[in-house]
Amino acid sequence: MADAVVQGTKSRFGEAILEVFEKTPTRTYITVDPTRLPDVAEYLYKDLGCRFSIATGMHMAHGIEILYHFAEDRGNRFVNLRVVLDARRPSIDSIALRVPAAEWIEREMHELLGIEFKGHPDMRHLLLTDDWPEGNWPLRRDWKEWKGGGNGQDK
Amino acid sequence: MAKTSKTIIPIGPYHPLQEEPEFFKLHVEGEKVVELEIEIGYNHRGIEKLAENLTYDQVPFLVERICGICSSSHPFASVQAIEDVGPLDIPERARYIRTFIGELERIHSHLLWLGLAGHFLGYNTVWMWAWKHREPVLDLFELLTGNRNHYGMMKPGGVRRDIADEDLPRVMQTLDGLVKPVLMFRDVALSDPVLQARTKNVGVLSRQDCIDLGALGPTARSSDYDIDVRRDHPYAAYDRVKFNVITTKNGDVFDKVVVRVLEMLESVSICKQCVEKLREVRDGIDANYKEIPPGEGIGLHEAPRGEVFHYTRSDGTNKPVRYKIRAPSYMNVPTNKRACVGYTVSDATITLAAIDPCYCCTERTLVVEAGTGKRLMNGKDLLGLSQEKTRKMLEKYGSRMDKIWT
Repeated sequence: MADAVVQGTKSRFGEAILEVFEKTPTRTYITVDPTRLPDVAEYLYKDLGCRFSIATGMHMAHGIEILYHFAEDRGNRFVNLRVVLDARRPSIDSIALRVPAAEWIEREMHELLGIEFKGHPDMRHLLLTDDWPEGNWPLRRDWKEWKGGGNGQDK
Repeated sequence: MAKTSKTIIPIGPYHPLQEEPEFFKLHVEGEKVVELEIEIGYNHRGIEKLAENLTYDQVPFLVERICGICSSSHPFASVQAIEDVGPLDIPERARYIRTFIGELERIHSHLLWLGLAGHFLGYNTVWMWAWKHREPVLDLFELLTGNRNHYGMMKPGGVRRDIADEDLPRVMQTLDGLVKPVLMFRDVALSDPVLQARTKNVGVLSRQDCIDLGALGPTARSSDYDIDVRRDHPYAAYDRVKFNVITTKNGDVFDKVVVRVLEMLESVSICKQCVEKLREVRDGIDANYKEIPPGEGIGLHEAPRGEVFHYTRSDGTNKPVRYKIRAPSYMNVPTNKRACVGYTVSDATITLAAIDPCYCCTERTLVVEAGTGKRLMNGKDLLGLSQEKTRKMLEKYGSRMDKIWT
């Protein structure tokens, strides 16, 4: 089972798999071409029976990074798909229609990091207020906290 | 309420069924729920952002404040995420202490839920009894950690306090004392015909629903989705103790009660095994790590409500670059979208509560007629509706519990 993930994704997606890093026997990090990410995610979720645990978005020096954490419950392993997006205009296809559990976290990453998820069924705000100003993403490194408090429109 | 038109019943944002303020909009036709909308974000505290400004020693204390009931779940996952960056190993004794604290917490959390579930159904006896037996567990926590809640036991590299040998007899005594009441709940409460009528085939969640929505913990296990982080991704001392993962087939509210009640017995057993080991294993409680190398780590813990997930990214300094937290309710709350639909409004109370989003908010529910905004019902009325249904059933069928307990 353990190799089904690494070998399977490699043989199936070939050049879309940019890097495989098996940090420990229980933690594997796979860097994926962003355009093929939904297919790889669907392969892990549907074909290999991995459970979608959550996704982490982060603003790093080299761009916006998203890690999709999949739990391989029968193999005692976490498989993490990593994509790196351009921070100027981060955009990726949504996996929410193929992996329903991802619906909320994509909404959350959209509002906190300003990542566009193309094809997401319901892109409303999840955590922030509905009148949160456009283009203000609290988890971006260049985000400045408002001194006025409230929802940012007070000032 | 007009029978043909669709009415929206808002539950929340402040409601006693919920650990955090959440907003459920029940779309009802007559008595039947046809759709459920969920809005969250009323209690967003920006903890992930805050964690980026704290050192690794401080982060476990910050995340301990996420939840007031399962307060050691988040630090448990947090310290493991930090240790996974290395990866770093911790002493054997610290592993057993962590496991012991985690399981003792599961007992008190499940008892709390059981009591509240009883209260929402109108069985205040169950509430009083469950909380009565929860009290010795909290006293035990006070004895061992100094606090009834927010124990502050976890630290990267080990635990902060040792468990003294002279306290172990009291620990064993309390654990033994828990078995009888839990068995009583299993045998008496669960065989009660009215309780069965109120919870069986109510709020059914299929196995496929659980897989689709990523349900976790007892919510998943009651629908025959056999996942448990303790067994599937062993950590602390869970690969060194014996325990069963409880699963049931039906996925209704009744099965969620059964899973939690039986899990308490397993937790008592795990705690006892840990106590036995604590008498022998003496290799210290702290590995005293001075620095966290660059890298990333994932920490997991099977909290009373399901898998807690923590991720941290380190650049070699003493503060995390990114800290991600996912509590089990984040995955479990959306399951209500499927579990509530098709049942009556009076059943929604217990269905929403059945996933165990812990409860500590003020009550403010309003039933508003769509269009006019006329106030029809508040939270008290909704709770009353649920309790009234049980009362009527009691009159009709009689209760085993009343005969035994009065």
